Amino acid sequence: MQENKNFFSGEEDMELHLWNYIDGIAEAKERTAIEKLIAENAQWHIKYSELLEVHQILNSTELEQPSLRFTKNVMEEISKLHIAPAAKDYINKKIIWGIAAFFITIILGMLVYLVGQISWSTGSADVIKIDFGKLNYSKVYSSTFVNIFMMLNIVLALMLLDKYLSNKRKKLTGA
Amino acid sequence: MHTERSDIDIISQVLQGDKQAYALLVSRYQNFVFTIVLRFIKSREDAEEIAQDVFVKAYRSLADFKGTAKFSTWLYTITTTSCITFLRKKKLDMQSLDNEQVFDSADIIDSGMSANQVEQKSKVNMVSNAIKMLSPDDAQIITLFYKAEQSLEEIAQILGIEPNAVKVRLHRARTRLKDKMQTHFKAEVNDIY
Repeated sequence: MQENKNFFSGEEDMELHLWNYIDGIAEAKERTAIEKLIAENAQWHIKYSELLEVHQILNSTELEQPSLRFTKNVMEEISKLHIAPAAKDYINKKIIWGIAAFFITIILGMLVYLVGQISWSTGSADVIKIDFGKLNYSKVYSSTFVNIFMMLNIVLALMLLDKYLSNKRKKLTGA
Repeated sequence: MHTERSDIDIISQVLQGDKQAYALLVSRYQNFVFTIVLRFIKSREDAEEIAQDVFVKAYRSLADFKGTAKFSTWLYTITTTSCITFLRKKKLDMQSLDNEQVFDSADIIDSGMSANQVEQKSKVNMVSNAIKMLSPDDAQIITLFYKAEQSLEEIAQILGIEPNAVKVRLHRARTRLKDKMQTHFKAEVNDIY
């Protein structure tokens, strides 16, 4: 008993535990302790009766009712509409993968270029020095590698655009 | 014999093109949705319009209903979002219980009650009136739990919060409801306690 009193201290705490018990969400140990307190402690018993009555009244309250035309109004409204396609249908996975491939290609291209700029003969075994100030950007746009890289991206972009336009055309024609 | 068709059956029928089957879902849930909307929006006209809009939105998005949760939970999520959007658009005051205005408006509701209402000693009516005096958040959580038959987990999903937070909010809402009842319906409360 004393143990239970220590376990549940304060009126708010008591109410919270009683609500858990009434709502049926108290765990087995808590439920047993509350049952014991309700049976043995007058204060707990009175509070339990109060809350139980509120709970029962809350359950018996009635729902509000809309006008009698409610269902008819909704049905009239939806008669003009169509169910929208599910989000997963109109988000084409190929487009997502295409976009991902585009960015991965850019990142890989940049990494390959940066690694190519590293001076491996710095004399130190621990530190790899990259002198960003000495990066020659004008060289980037003239080298064969970058030209190929840019062409690849353009082809990917055109493929995505084509995919997007053909999807749009399909939707418009209802195919 | 229990012949009521499940929500999932009706939904698959609607998705196959039988629009009229949707009327079954509307009549099944219209009172629940309307009651929840009324907890946010006090005007019955506006509430009815929003509740209708909820069913139209649900119909339009029916293909997105995956069936992982109950249809009612999904529908009440749309209801809550629609109410919040409406209130934001209208810039209506989301009354807070900590705000003195609530007590003013509660007094207005109280004093504005017809003799008929005052005479009604029904406990059920007293609780319904007390719920109307609560903040939309408190009234909604009580309605979802007691009337819309949603579990704490489902309410958490509808409100986008943790189930433990729902438990605490529900407890506070009930405490405030009890306070409202004791403040504004003393005589009736004395009948209870």
